[in-house]
Amino acid sequence: MILTLLIVLPLLAALMLLPMKNEKGIRVFSLVSSGLMFILSLCALSQFDKTSADFQLTLYREWIPQFGISYFVGVDGFSILLVVLTALLTPIVIAASWTSITDRVKGFHIALFVLQAAVIGSFVSIDTVLFYLFFELSLVPMYFIVGIWGGENRIYATYKFFIYTMAGSVFMLAGIAYLMIQAKAQLGYYTADVMDLYKVSIPFVDGEFFTPQTLLFFAFAVAFAIKVPVFPVHTWLPDAHVQAPTAGSVILAGVMLKMGTYGFLRFVLPMFPEAVQVWGSVFLVLGVIGIVYGALVAMVQVDVKKLVAYSSVSHMGYVMLGLFVLNVYGLNGGLFQMLAHGVSTGGLFLMVGMVYERTHSREIAKYGGLAKAMPVFTIFFLIITFSSIAVPMTNGFVGEFLILLGTFGFSSKLGAIAVTGVVLGAAYMLWMVKKVFFGPAGELVDGSHGELKDLNCREIAALIPIVVLIFWMGVMPRSFLDYSQASVNHLVENKDNYELKIYPQPEAVAEKE
Amino acid sequence: MQSESIVLAVLLLAPVVGFLFNGLRFRSHNATLAGIVATGMVAISFVCGLILFNQLLGMEGPERVLRISYFSWLSLGNLDLPVAFVVDPLSILMVLIITGVGSLIHLFSVGYMSHDATPAKYFAYLNFFIFNMLLLVLGANLILMFVGWEGVGLCSYLLIGYWFTDKEKATAGMKAFITNRIGDAGFLLGIFTLFFTFNTIDFAQLISALPSTAEIGWTGPMTLACLFLFIGATGKSAQIPLYVWLPDAMAGPTPVSALIHAATMVTAGVYMIIRLNPLFLLSPNAMAVVAAVGAATALFAATMGLAQNDIKKVLAYSTVSQLGYMFLAVGVGAFTAGFFHLMTHAFFKALMFLGSGSVIHAMHEEQDMLKMGGLKKYLPITHATFVCGWLAIIGFPLFSGFFSKDEILWMSFHSPLGGKILWAVGAIAALFTAFYMTRLMAMTFWGKSRVPKDVHPHESPLAMTIPLMVLAVLSVFAGWVGVPHGLATILPGHPHNILEHWFEGVVHPIPNMEHGDISLEMTLMTVTTLLGLGTAALAYMLYVMKPAIVSNFVSTFRGLYQLVYNKYWVDEIYSAGILKPLVSFSRGLWSYADVGAIDKVTYLVTDFVRSAGDGLRAIQNGQIQSYALVLLIGVVASVLMLIM
Repeated sequence: MILTLLIVLPLLAALMLLPMKNEKGIRVFSLVSSGLMFILSLCALSQFDKTSADFQLTLYREWIPQFGISYFVGVDGFSILLVVLTALLTPIVIAASWTSITDRVKGFHIALFVLQAAVIGSFVSIDTVLFYLFFELSLVPMYFIVGIWGGENRIYATYKFFIYTMAGSVFMLAGIAYLMIQAKAQLGYYTADVMDLYKVSIPFVDGEFFTPQTLLFFAFAVAFAIKVPVFPVHTWLPDAHVQAPTAGSVILAGVMLKMGTYGFLRFVLPMFPEAVQVWGSVFLVLGVIGIVYGALVAMVQVDVKKLVAYSSVSHMGYVMLGLFVLNVYGLNGGLFQMLAHGVSTGGLFLMVGMVYERTHSREIAKYGGLAKAMPVFTIFFLIITFSSIAVPMTNGFVGEFLILLGTFGFSSKLGAIAVTGVVLGAAYMLWMVKKVFFGPAGELVDGSHGELKDLNCREIAALIPIVVLIFWMGVMPRSFLDYSQASVNHLVENKDNYELKIYPQPEAVAEKE
Repeated sequence: MQSESIVLAVLLLAPVVGFLFNGLRFRSHNATLAGIVATGMVAISFVCGLILFNQLLGMEGPERVLRISYFSWLSLGNLDLPVAFVVDPLSILMVLIITGVGSLIHLFSVGYMSHDATPAKYFAYLNFFIFNMLLLVLGANLILMFVGWEGVGLCSYLLIGYWFTDKEKATAGMKAFITNRIGDAGFLLGIFTLFFTFNTIDFAQLISALPSTAEIGWTGPMTLACLFLFIGATGKSAQIPLYVWLPDAMAGPTPVSALIHAATMVTAGVYMIIRLNPLFLLSPNAMAVVAAVGAATALFAATMGLAQNDIKKVLAYSTVSQLGYMFLAVGVGAFTAGFFHLMTHAFFKALMFLGSGSVIHAMHEEQDMLKMGGLKKYLPITHATFVCGWLAIIGFPLFSGFFSKDEILWMSFHSPLGGKILWAVGAIAALFTAFYMTRLMAMTFWGKSRVPKDVHPHESPLAMTIPLMVLAVLSVFAGWVGVPHGLATILPGHPHNILEHWFEGVVHPIPNMEHGDISLEMTLMTVTTLLGLGTAALAYMLYVMKPAIVSNFVSTFRGLYQLVYNKYWVDEIYSAGILKPLVSFSRGLWSYADVGAIDKVTYLVTDFVRSAGDGLRAIQNGQIQSYALVLLIGVVASVLMLIM
């Protein structure tokens, strides 16, 4: 029930916003209600049993019984923390957009709430069709957020973003339909329940591309790869990020990209084990290319937001690597990196937005000496930078270390190539930091465009949860890894015949039977 | 909780308290308060170190070790990583050096940074550095060591670029971090190799899991692991080819150069190898690489020190060179000698860096030795203490550096892993060292004054001179803990090599080591010492008595001088050969691959869809007539098909 509340309450909040007129009231209401929803997500977390790999907190309702499609939600170790992260980022971006969004304030907050519902919905769906619906639904509010509140070139960016992602998911829809038909043939009934679909065996012929499992593997993988995004289908991301308002960038980088990697984890890896064995190397190689390529291209960017966007390509390359090496270290590291990247890259976008609000420019060359003008801003930015370049005792290190360890265990050569990302990541971030924060004051900083004010209390309050998480995850990673460990172990041990059950919870089981 | 785990927790966390105290009030201008708190915190750590040291003294031989574990950091698969620390004869000495020399340097900073704009920030960084350095040396597994390893690099980055409004200083900090990251990537690969070979990265478990026979060849896991880890060491400890960041690191405040870039952080690579000495001993090839790189760096950096005019740059190249000695020592298996030199160097080099800080302070931030000379009479205490450091580093008999350097040279000659070439390279580097250090003394303190008229040098306050005096005493006498066997027979009543005895449980002996010939040892020692003193005398003559000869020499061998003066253009070669191509390659990637190719392909796809749509739309033009025409054509075609 609690998961359903996490989907319904944001929609309800959006509805309640409709008659409101006062802008201040809209903001306060949105902040408070999203804060309450975050607390609710923590309640869900507290009810979660870390030792089990099964679906927990489930709720089942019939929807289209003829085709076995249902409203079926639940969480396991792969999804629970992503739900909490989503619920956390919404109040943060509302606080961060307090003064930067002045146009159509109501619509903006409605879009944010719908987005939150859709993202959480896709993380908790057990029913594949339901997942697909939420997966697609999330595009709509994001389309408006970028298209209405975005920068100058927003229309181009929105189209690119929308068409890219839609194009990918078309294949997935076909794949889902095929799977449901196969389920009818093998199990005797139509079903979209992912636990049933895990049981369906899909014919596979090694060495041939046109066999059902390989085709399905690619149908799903392409959809998710575009979302992640994996090189070479990443080019929508820099444009979308640069044009999106801060809130859009934060949610996009923070959780929407994770819908892609989560999709790999939930569907691709468990359902197509043979194809993963044979064709997974494609994504390993693309992951490594992404790490190096994203870092190199980030190094030569002139727009700081674009730099952070390309750094996302690089960081998500690590996640892909971690998932596809399919060992305990890589998978745990990949999951951890999904959260860590959500926190730190979300934080970077927030901070870029804060300084943009003051100077209306993101051009690195026009900055310089910001550390003297805005010391508090600098402290926060540097902390997040160190997290992004994986300095130990921050969250970035744990994920990157585990992924590289797992990769090295899978193939030492691949690990040796991936490890160059450690150097390149430091290079592009610190280079940017040097140009923006150090040296003599640049034209935007020297006072000729008006005085720069340091962070105010509201902005600091929005950043504090991020900084706390950076150190908490870095110093005591077990308090997060323990949630995913059972699920990861279950996947690693049963990668050839992965199955999931419902966590023994009397009423839910009774309903499904 | 046992008492020692509380003491250790205090030892580790006291600097963190200082870091938070000063970090949270980073705007404060009160250098005295910030400095006293920061110095006090490090002093508390030092006292805790002494308590633990005392506890170790009460234990016997191989059991002389405390393992203290706090909580589980990570536990996945075979990877079990507790936050655990090891206090043993090796790490406790490092702790004492770090916190002892550290608190002296903190104290010195109170005077040195008294006019700085943000002293609280400075002391916060300095305290945080001490914490990370303690993690590095005390960590019970490779990961904790790596955490400290990167942490000290981070502090070094922040402190080199401390005066960040100066673009060059900020660049120097960035260069240091990125160069170190290259080494760190190697370090990570070393950790991975060891983990997948032995299933553990805990030092004690690792060492007990080692096989008993040495590994031959280059591609075995132990050799690879050692080489990877050594890449990390070349970064952190500024060896060829990654040494280039250290001279630039002199952009930081001078006490930072003394603490981080001379006494402690840069020795981390040496410490790591000593910590893992049983592993390195099993890979003679890796050991040979370590020794060769160390010897080459010792010589190469010493030559670069010959022509520098910036007092800190001379000391920086000297540090690179002395670190080379330490790697030469550990590379030939003389781990104790390597540590011995690490320790004496920490004293005399910290002393000389602080001394140079005192000079720079007195000269109103001037570092160019061409504008110094004759400072002896203005700075008597600085001069007297600096002389102690100078005598130590050139190996003047019975000063600390004399014993440690001699031990290294003898072992590089005598050890089965060493050889005459290594010894010769080390001995020549020692001569260069004597030359450039004497040159430094002559240009700074002796001879005619070249001080500009508007500068009035003055001796530094007590907060700065007390640390100098303490370090001077240590530079003179610290060598007595490692008196070599040969000399001990001559000096009656003095126990020989206390240090070697102290390390018995930690350091493994070199295999196939023969008993040394004392008379040969004494002969070599006499020869190198006399040659060193002769070179120093030569330098004194050239720079104090007959400076004209030097300028003649420089103009005669212009090309050679330029080569050395410009540091063999290594920085320029790196920039033109690696950095610039990488950046232009990345630009190419962005404009050709990203924007040019991938985007173009996606446009082609969308254009195709759109034109297909346009084509289909043309059919549905809404005109009844054209629909009727199509219908007609269809009917006719069908009829035709049926007939035929």
